[in-house]
Amino acid sequence: MSHVRKTIISNAEKLFLVKNLTEWKRLDGRAFDEFRDLEIQFGKDWGSCFVSLGKTKVLAQVSCELQLPKASRPSEGILSINLELNTMGDPNFQVGRQSELNSQLNRLLEKCIYDSKAVDLESLCVKMNEKVWSIRVDVNLLNHEGNILDCASIAALAALAHFRRPDVSCDGMEFKIHSIKERDPIPTVIHHYPVCISYAIFSGGKFIVADPTLLEERVAEAFLSVGLNAYKELCGLHLGGKAELSTDIILETTNKASKRAGCVVEIIKAAVEKDTNDKWVSTDYFNRFIFN
Amino acid sequence: MVASTDLGFFLPGEVIKDIESKDKYTIIGPGLRRNEEDPNSLVATQAGRLTFRAPNTYWIESRRNRYIPKKGDLVVGVVTKKSGDILKVDIGCAEFAWLSLLAFEGSTKKMKPNVNVGDLIYAKLLNAHKEMEPELVCVDQYYKSGRLGVLPNEGVLINITLRLTHTLLNAENPLLRTMAKKFPYEIVIGVNGKVWIKANQAKDVLTLCKAFEAAELESEKSIIEACRQHK
Repeated sequence: MSHVRKTIISNAEKLFLVKNLTEWKRLDGRAFDEFRDLEIQFGKDWGSCFVSLGKTKVLAQVSCELQLPKASRPSEGILSINLELNTMGDPNFQVGRQSELNSQLNRLLEKCIYDSKAVDLESLCVKMNEKVWSIRVDVNLLNHEGNILDCASIAALAALAHFRRPDVSCDGMEFKIHSIKERDPIPTVIHHYPVCISYAIFSGGKFIVADPTLLEERVAEAFLSVGLNAYKELCGLHLGGKAELSTDIILETTNKASKRAGCVVEIIKAAVEKDTNDKWVSTDYFNRFIFN
Repeated sequence: MVASTDLGFFLPGEVIKDIESKDKYTIIGPGLRRNEEDPNSLVATQAGRLTFRAPNTYWIESRRNRYIPKKGDLVVGVVTKKSGDILKVDIGCAEFAWLSLLAFEGSTKKMKPNVNVGDLIYAKLLNAHKEMEPELVCVDQYYKSGRLGVLPNEGVLINITLRLTHTLLNAENPLLRTMAKKFPYEIVIGVNGKVWIKANQAKDVLTLCKAFEAAELESEKSIIEACRQHK
């Protein structure tokens, strides 16, 4: 829940940025289609993930509980994604009612991950009409340096891929949740890995800049966010702001984004696999086999 | 030149004993407070490195970004709102500071300076109270503007950590002078971490930004050492 205080970019910054763009230069020295460094780290718990994209930092945590399913979908689990923008990330985000930016970003994340059916919800069903797993992804913004959406989508996806829920058994009447010591936790089934890739658009589509920083984001006329997976399948597209863009430019940018999406998904998969292997060989798990 | 010495890392609330100051006087800077229980010691109010400069000055150098206004500070801010005679200026603290259009040199009820929303302003804090909005002025006590006033739009505004502003504003620090030998530039450093730079070429501005970014992580000694090599 946050309310964004209106901030004003000084004319000096605007002029300087636009002047540099006309010389085909960006302020941090990146090329126009270059992204900032991506780093993925995992916490001690399953489903805890820290992602930094340049100086933008995001923390995601997945949690689960058993719940009554929705009446309309009695055999499907529930997945909810919640992005929180708080004062820690940017002093201009104020605690209070939900801001436009917050609900927009939340909806885009939902569109990208939930609506594209990336997570297999049927496997989250324990007993039809009675008990399903409800999985909740909480994404917290720790530092805001532009492009929250990309960072948050990577964090949410990596956390979901890393997450394992405890095993459940049913003896006809009662459900029993087994602790990690009793039975191995079960990973979430993920069909495909969709990530958001964002671009900022200047001068009516003349300059299109990948992975915009905070300043670029605020000066830009429009922005384009594309949700894509590694198979070049579109999982969401959002064009905000005001710019007259031809369809060719959008197609071209989306093509570029699909290349990037492939790289990002590779990085996520490698990071999740590495951490999972590390966790299995860590002493906690070793002890469990000895003492039980 | 009197070098300052680093006395280690302190957390808020930690008591600092063994104060070695001459003539029983101690000057304390930001991040420190007198210990009421034991008058001969200090208490840290911020996390950071305790620094001492002979003969009797102590302060804490922290890597904070959030500015807390203090009376008499020279700051750079962005005009965010203009209503009647009053400007609201974002100086990076919790509230917008207010600046009267009459607080410029030579301005009267009829002749007011031309200030627009989005302009940059270099001003002095007249008033900073925790329960009131900070108030800015662009004149000194003789009603002269000196160097205060509206900054031209040709430059660029960057944000740096508060610690770095103190380092740069230290007259003995050679970083700005060393850079000035490479290319000419104009700079206005506000203690609120906002810095306005103007140079002939955009490339030079970016070089300065990079130098500041590198200096943020370095100690004072290593900055001096690096500057000496570039002479």
